[in-house]
Amino acid sequence: MAAHRCGLSLVFILIFSSLACHSSCDSLENANEDTEEKQSVSDTPREVNSDGSIAAEDLNERRGRSTDAELDRRDGTRTSEALTPAAAARDEFQEELVIRPLHSGDIYASFQFRTLWDTDFLQEGQKVSHYRLFPKSLGQVLSKFSVRELHISFTQGFWRTMQWGQPFIPSPPGAELWVWFHDTVSDVDGNWKELTNVLSGIFCASLNFIDLTNTVQPSASFKPLGLGNATDHRFLRYATLPREIVCTENLTPWKKLLPCGSKAGLAVLLKSEKLFHSSFHSQAVHIRPVCQDEQCTSKAWELRQTLNVVFDLYTAGQGKKEWSLFKMFSRTLTEACPLATSSKVYVDITDNPEGELFELSPATPLLSQAVVLGDRRTYSVFDLTRAETFGQLRSLNLLLRWKGDGGEMLRPLLHAERYVAGFGLQTGEIHTVIYNNHPYRAFPVLLMDSVPWYLQLYIHTLTVTSKSRDNKPSYIHYQPAKDRHRPHLLEMLIQLPPHSMTEVTVQFERALLKWTEYTPDPNHGFYVGSSVVSALVPSMVAMNTNFTQDQPLFSSFVPVKEESSYFVRVYTEPLLVNLPTPDFSMPYNVICLTCTVVAVGYGSFYNLLTRTFQVDEPSLPLAKRLANLIRRIRGVPLLT
Amino acid sequence: MDNSPKTENSLTIYPFVVPNLLISYCCILVMPEKQRGRYAALAIAAVVIVVGIPLWWKTTETYRAWLPFSEISELDSLQLQLSVDIEVVFSRGTLTPEQQKKFPLSHVNEKEHQVDVSIPELLTSPSTEADLSLHMLSESSCGSVVVYVIPESSTLLPEDVKVYVGQRRTALLRSPPFKTSWNLKEVLSNLDVEVEQVVSTMSFGHQDIVAALSNRVRMTKVTKESMADSMRAIKSSPGYEITFSLLNPDPKSHSLHWDIEGAVQSYIQPLLNKLAPIANFSVDSQILYYAVLGVNPRFDNSVSAYTLSADSLSHVINPVEARLGSNAASSNPVLNFLLYVPDAHHSPLFIRDHSKRKVPSNAFHSPRWGGIMVYNVNEMYGPEAERPVDININMAKVMGVFLAQLRLMLGVQHTHPPTGFVLQSPGSAGLADWELDRLLWSRSVENIATASTTITSLAQLLDQIGNIVINDNIAQQVSSAVTSLQSAVAELEAGNLAFALQYSREAILASERAFFDPSLLHLLYFPDDQKFAIYIPLFLPMCVPIVLSLLKIVSEAKKRRADKQAKSD
Repeated sequence: MAAHRCGLSLVFILIFSSLACHSSCDSLENANEDTEEKQSVSDTPREVNSDGSIAAEDLNERRGRSTDAELDRRDGTRTSEALTPAAAARDEFQEELVIRPLHSGDIYASFQFRTLWDTDFLQEGQKVSHYRLFPKSLGQVLSKFSVRELHISFTQGFWRTMQWGQPFIPSPPGAELWVWFHDTVSDVDGNWKELTNVLSGIFCASLNFIDLTNTVQPSASFKPLGLGNATDHRFLRYATLPREIVCTENLTPWKKLLPCGSKAGLAVLLKSEKLFHSSFHSQAVHIRPVCQDEQCTSKAWELRQTLNVVFDLYTAGQGKKEWSLFKMFSRTLTEACPLATSSKVYVDITDNPEGELFELSPATPLLSQAVVLGDRRTYSVFDLTRAETFGQLRSLNLLLRWKGDGGEMLRPLLHAERYVAGFGLQTGEIHTVIYNNHPYRAFPVLLMDSVPWYLQLYIHTLTVTSKSRDNKPSYIHYQPAKDRHRPHLLEMLIQLPPHSMTEVTVQFERALLKWTEYTPDPNHGFYVGSSVVSALVPSMVAMNTNFTQDQPLFSSFVPVKEESSYFVRVYTEPLLVNLPTPDFSMPYNVICLTCTVVAVGYGSFYNLLTRTFQVDEPSLPLAKRLANLIRRIRGVPLLT
Repeated sequence: MDNSPKTENSLTIYPFVVPNLLISYCCILVMPEKQRGRYAALAIAAVVIVVGIPLWWKTTETYRAWLPFSEISELDSLQLQLSVDIEVVFSRGTLTPEQQKKFPLSHVNEKEHQVDVSIPELLTSPSTEADLSLHMLSESSCGSVVVYVIPESSTLLPEDVKVYVGQRRTALLRSPPFKTSWNLKEVLSNLDVEVEQVVSTMSFGHQDIVAALSNRVRMTKVTKESMADSMRAIKSSPGYEITFSLLNPDPKSHSLHWDIEGAVQSYIQPLLNKLAPIANFSVDSQILYYAVLGVNPRFDNSVSAYTLSADSLSHVINPVEARLGSNAASSNPVLNFLLYVPDAHHSPLFIRDHSKRKVPSNAFHSPRWGGIMVYNVNEMYGPEAERPVDININMAKVMGVFLAQLRLMLGVQHTHPPTGFVLQSPGSAGLADWELDRLLWSRSVENIATASTTITSLAQLLDQIGNIVINDNIAQQVSSAVTSLQSAVAELEAGNLAFALQYSREAILASERAFFDPSLLHLLYFPDDQKFAIYIPLFLPMCVPIVLSLLKIVSEAKKRRADKQAKSD
């Protein structure tokens, strides 16, 4: 097979620092985000804040909060004199909800809950077993399996990048799990297997179907997002289950991990009957080690629980373009989670600077700016920790009424899609199309494809073309599959020319499975997980050459102002491939047929052996017998 | 009419039908042919029976490794013999010089306890070894007991105290009056009753053993109290998870701080260190917010407090348990200890027992599950205090209750000493050496009982269901469990408590591994009708001609014999 002959071709070692990544937060970032800001400065580049946290606020607000915090601390020392190291531990919990009206008329709501667990986990031999805000079940998993970083997402539906823009936290359809283990782990595969089993119990999902046949170790696409610069991808495991269906039973355990559960704070909005009545639903858990202060003297585990949902209120609301918290979630907000140090609701009002497009009520004086995914956005902020946010009614029901038609959306700079071509049930071709919509900048992307072994890739047919010219990838990492043991892994660093469409094609042959390897509904087809495109995309802020806005002249001469690029990860559609499917009564038919053939052969053989042959007296012809009959009547001797 | 032999059947008929001339012809030509066919049929039948059937049997057989069934069936009728080394030390002045001369002397007192008809159990208790040398601080080995006999007139013990049990494995016994004319044997037999009482306090009594065997034996003649004791204690297991949970249903009003790490270090860890030979313990803690009890407490005007009656306590646990979460990292049994701080609107909250009195500790426990304590904080702040109020929990008070509950759960039972006994309080570790011994005794017996039950039921199951594959590793686990069991029983008999416990733990581990091995389930549901549905297309066409021709040969042989008889007649 050609695929196996080609083997592993490492072209050159990727210097990942070219994918260096910067904090996407604004310079006005508040005190709570300092940790992350510092991380991006501290050591090797990481994809910090690639999820685009947007907790920036204005300066006044920050001052107000920090004094509050000081007061709190003083109270604490007064009441608890000479007491409790437990009180000294700085566990922290934050919650926020971002609502972004999409140009398609849909509403994108993104929840983020962040729990910091102040514990010295990197110290060897110390058993951490006391939990305050951090959920015990996850903490035990971390320490038992020596997990350094864990990212798990469950997604129902497909994120439509071209209509909705980039999500804050991208995730592929189905379940995705990637884990970095500590480099002290000797049996990574064993730990991984047990970990998936335990996680499937915790999240009520079929993660236990993750085994070696769908696990890969990407060499460049998934770098740790937290502290530490692990680069040895032997300690990384990545797997997707595109078939996984996400529903209430996954949401309930996810909510149980929150300190306030669904009893208070933003989590009261998470009602499954509304959340799953949506176009897109994605929930995720990200655990990583982070620094807790600027000098990074103390470390902490960060648990980020995110939930992204897109509501199609336009069609549900009979074409009326208006939404409210109550319409979306059938609940309103009445209080913040008392354990949360910050609890905020952000509404994206970037497209509506003068209120000509829509009307948001209640109005809030608090505005916040943040650079999210390379774009400067403006947000209205509702701080749930303040009593005045809830007004007279003691409840907050955000209401947004559109006045006109939504403006044109900026096309996302990076977009990818994938499909299967070809006919028949023997061979086929996977097409991955990556779009660079930037008018004048070329940038590299890292494409990662994990294809199950039953699609036997012909790697010699791999072609990368952009603008109908051959585009030679500068880095290829290919690991061929082993039948029933591991999938294909293909990673490539491709330079995308500006304003172009790059097509990656590779041919494959469909393998014949053993009859027990088929799923219960084999004619549905077999899923192939999304391919992952990771890239540093030039920022739109930097791209902005529109000088009509009020800007000081000195700032607008050199177009690159702030972060010149931002990290983005794009998932393509999962593929559904038909494999040649046998008739499943075949084994029985074969048994019956063989048995019949054997029985027939045996029967004639037996007959031949046991039959006796005897000389038969030839019987008289009919004419003679008739003649004899007559002769008998007449009394004449008979004929012989 | 038709004299030509059409069928083979007519063979024996022709001598009477056909003319004589034909007879000779037929005999020459037909008989060898007939004979050959018959032999061929017989040969094929023989091949099928001798080669085909064993081959089919062998190739479709399930693999079943050899198991020591006979030894397992011996385990079924478990004969346990427990022996305790007892050292009786006579202090100066208790014995006359003549009595001192005759030593050493060993003297065995056997006692039989009939636990159940099916399981006769033999107790040797106590095998007394008299040792006249008096070394006061002899370090006694695990499981043994040293009894110091002091003169009747000694002022070491208060007047009415007959026996004093120390923290270690020692007891002081005030000697009853001896006659100087007695020899040592008589002196010892005179002491028997007292020594036996001491032993049943410090090592084990009948009730303890019965309680330990309660899993195996349906009890009929056991008091309600010891039944409750045995039900309360969590079952023997190689490890336990102890989880302390602080339930804060009202984080808006109370901001609770508890120094659980320090409290575990100072209160729980010494006890667990002491218990290390019994099992591995791991301790963790968590704080749960918005966790509520399952019942609404009732407001009682007479005490102006909320109360939980004893009847409603059984409904308290279930809703909380959903929040507690199971341990993701191990499958050991979990002991839960919950500290519940009632919310501001339901404070103070008191638990009342069946006689409507306030429970002083304000705590209760659920057998084999854990304990719950209600901790009222409403008096720690005034009504105008700014919410949330920072509250530090007094861990000494809490841990005192939890420690007592933990002792109950672990089976460190309250002994009911006979009158005249004084027990010293168990020091800082919370557990005296002899209490540990008591626990070890009952745990070893319980382990042995559990392991032998597991092994016997597994053997029974494997015996009954022939489809189960028995792999070599299962056979190995089973036989190692059996050997460990046998060694444990032998060590108990020899009085080596520490070894007995170790072997019994190994036996339990091996037997559980064998019992829960997933490979046992592979072919469990392989129904026979489906198997035969597959075989029939082959078997039916093959067997029918063989059977028919065999039947024919038999009937021909019968007929020929009948003919021969008719001829000879």
